[in-house]
Amino acid sequence: MLYLMPVAAVIATGILGALVFSLIGYDGVGAVREIFLTPILNPLKWQDLAIKAAPLIIIAVGLSIGYRANVWNIGAEGQYILGGLAGTGVALLTRDFSGPWILPLMVVAGIAGGMAWAAVPALLKTRLRVNEILTSLMLTYVAIQLLNYLVIGPWKDPMGMGFPQTVRFTAEQTLPRIVPGTIIHAGVLVALLVALGAWFVMARSVFGFQVRVVGAAPNAARYGGFSVNGTVWLTLLVSGGLAGLAGVLEVTGPYGRMVPSFPSYYGFTAIIVAFLGRLHPVGVIFAGLAIALTVVGGDIAQTTIGLPNAAVGIFQAMMLFLLLGSDILVRYRFRRAGTAMVGEAA
Amino acid sequence: MEASVPPRLELAGISKRFPGVLANDQVSFAVRPGEIHALLGENGAGKSTLVKMIYGVMQPDAGQIRWDGETVSIANPRQARRLGIGMVFQHFSLFEAMTVLENIALGMDAKIPARELESRIRAVLAHYELALDPHRVVSTLSVGERQRIEIVRSLLLNPRLLIMDEPTSVLTPQEVEQLFVVLRQLAAEGCSILYISHKLHEIKALCGTATILRAGRVVDICDPAEESSRSMAEKMIGGNLKDVIKDKGRSFGEPRLVVDALSVPAIDRFGTSLSDISFSVGTGEIFGVAGVAGNGQSELLLALDGEVPVAPSAIVIGGEAAGNLAPGQRRKRGLCAVPEERHGHAAVSDFSLSDNTVLTARDRLGMVSMGLIRSGSARSFTDRVISEFSVKAQGAGALASSLSGGNLQKYITGREILQNPDILVIDQPTWGVDAGAAAAIRQAIVDLAAGGSAVVVISQDLDELLELCDTLAVINGGRLSDKLTVGEVSVEEIGLLMGGIHGTAQETTIGAGAKRAVSA
Repeated sequence: MLYLMPVAAVIATGILGALVFSLIGYDGVGAVREIFLTPILNPLKWQDLAIKAAPLIIIAVGLSIGYRANVWNIGAEGQYILGGLAGTGVALLTRDFSGPWILPLMVVAGIAGGMAWAAVPALLKTRLRVNEILTSLMLTYVAIQLLNYLVIGPWKDPMGMGFPQTVRFTAEQTLPRIVPGTIIHAGVLVALLVALGAWFVMARSVFGFQVRVVGAAPNAARYGGFSVNGTVWLTLLVSGGLAGLAGVLEVTGPYGRMVPSFPSYYGFTAIIVAFLGRLHPVGVIFAGLAIALTVVGGDIAQTTIGLPNAAVGIFQAMMLFLLLGSDILVRYRFRRAGTAMVGEAA
Repeated sequence: MEASVPPRLELAGISKRFPGVLANDQVSFAVRPGEIHALLGENGAGKSTLVKMIYGVMQPDAGQIRWDGETVSIANPRQARRLGIGMVFQHFSLFEAMTVLENIALGMDAKIPARELESRIRAVLAHYELALDPHRVVSTLSVGERQRIEIVRSLLLNPRLLIMDEPTSVLTPQEVEQLFVVLRQLAAEGCSILYISHKLHEIKALCGTATILRAGRVVDICDPAEESSRSMAEKMIGGNLKDVIKDKGRSFGEPRLVVDALSVPAIDRFGTSLSDISFSVGTGEIFGVAGVAGNGQSELLLALDGEVPVAPSAIVIGGEAAGNLAPGQRRKRGLCAVPEERHGHAAVSDFSLSDNTVLTARDRLGMVSMGLIRSGSARSFTDRVISEFSVKAQGAGALASSLSGGNLQKYITGREILQNPDILVIDQPTWGVDAGAAAAIRQAIVDLAAGGSAVVVISQDLDELLELCDTLAVINGGRLSDKLTVGEVSVEEIGLLMGGIHGTAQETTIGAGAKRAVSA
């Protein structure tokens, strides 16, 4: 049941989506076909699936670790942006150097950037009991403003004809492609390794155990010698660090420079991926691919049947809604509030 | 059964089945008007299921309930109350922040104007000589007073049958006596009482008839006056009762655990603060902490096991200041603990027993290497706990939530004791545990102390403490009395301390005087 529900939610989304879009005057069945089937049937689209899924998987793995401990980091988007910015910062500083150390340094900086951004909610939560949902979410908007300031201001490419963007990264600052003739970059491999590594860590390590205990029973965790505050810190740093990693891989991979359109809602979409994947690293791989499908398919549907851009968001939201909704219905039963009164006349 | 007066309540062949369990199997007995009838049985014997059917919370699958000789079907608690059935639950449902009057008003089926309700409450209080101020806020009341609210709530409905579920588990011996006076008065006025308990000497003192349930069936209906506590207990468990075997001439070594002027502020406004608690426990000594629930017992456990850090010098483990150490560090220094709440504190319900072993035994028993859990060693230790403490479970992989309360308690106690701690702190070791399991747990505690460990047993069950402990002190309002020696102190003296007379040097004389006043 636990693992069937996500599949059922995806199927129900297809049916409900076709219905809704037909009702508002689009080709509903066509939309569902283009979004859910075309990317699978067309081998040329597989590489798109892979590179869209990679950042989603990396971020969602981090989020799912936090969610397991009941630490609700909603601001992965901001941490993702900071990861990209930190990597870009290193790139801009190392333009005059060469060597194989530059790219790893950028990646490390990206992870550190994401961690730093997640450290703020961690500090506020552990010191002042401020809800991390609010702080992490609000910091996302701060990150967007920071990005805009940097690409319009100090980091703007002087030769860029006034476009608000940085210079293009050098070859040594760019992620290598791992499948010749495609756009599949090393980030895809990193995503798989991150998910499998997280699986191992969560299943076998004391850290994974700590996260699970704190999420399941905080009092038992304290009794068992695990610090609840320490867990808040660890999980926020891990999820922030992974979001930062996704950010730096995106900027060094598909983008190749920092641009204002860098925030692409991966950080928010990854929340859906984490839940669709049942907060399990391996489940997240499949969920990441499923959501990437809607992203790629949504692009196709925009051009072929003129579906609006927002339609993809609607499909993704429907999927999460149906999943969470059916979880509740499976776990609980409806009962009429007045049952205690039934038989009163007897 | 005389045909002239039909029994107030008669059960005939009541059966109730849950998936996989036959909770009640052809249960039949009758309660006469004005009779105090005991319902006895171990946990899981089917007492609460039976009572729920009488009170209309559940419906029987088969059999009949007769009320004053007429067959009735009781669809819900409201209908039960209308018939004249009142119930006082073991766990009170009271709003802490509201007054007595408001709480009672909320629990009434009919809407009664506050002024009229108050005068009716005062009438009931005066009639039964119960002390309770309707305008006091519940959070300021003792547990005994809270129970009185529940009793008054039932009495306002002029019940003809009052069901009391384990009413004395939270009371001091003196409060128990007061309760019995009220119950006897009620019975004399013709109200029947169905009294659920496993405290056999209370049943001998109070009840005219006892129905003993075992595994859902009635095994005996007897007169408690003609039985011994032991014979009733053996009928309850269906076997021979094992006594705890304790060596007579025991001597204690040097102090293992020293608590010196321990003070902890209350966690919230309904919590209890600990003030100036001092005691020491030597090797081989079992030290008991008696007291009525909610007087700082759980706070004391949290301070002792490190879940709430305190001043470093307030807790000394083996000569080393440890008040600021975290639970894991204290465990490494030899202090293991068993908190009262099993689910979500002493164990994680959704985890396997093996994972629950990792929770507290990982460092002492080397279940971690290089940050990874050695699940093999966790499993083999769990298997050892299961076999040495005869835990009924489907192996180390069974979920903690799948175990019965008694079995989970045996597992948790075994998990800590088999780590061979120098100091064991255990809160309510046999709460809600059946007699067989309780005896096994108590014996294990005694054996641990015989091996040279210092043991602190916190319990609300005075009989248990008197059986287990060498020394004890009473906690009341977050303060601990002086240490008393079991065998030299009377139950009355302990009862007075539980009720709030502190046993400090200058007060002992007052305590002794008060004791005479009560027994007179």
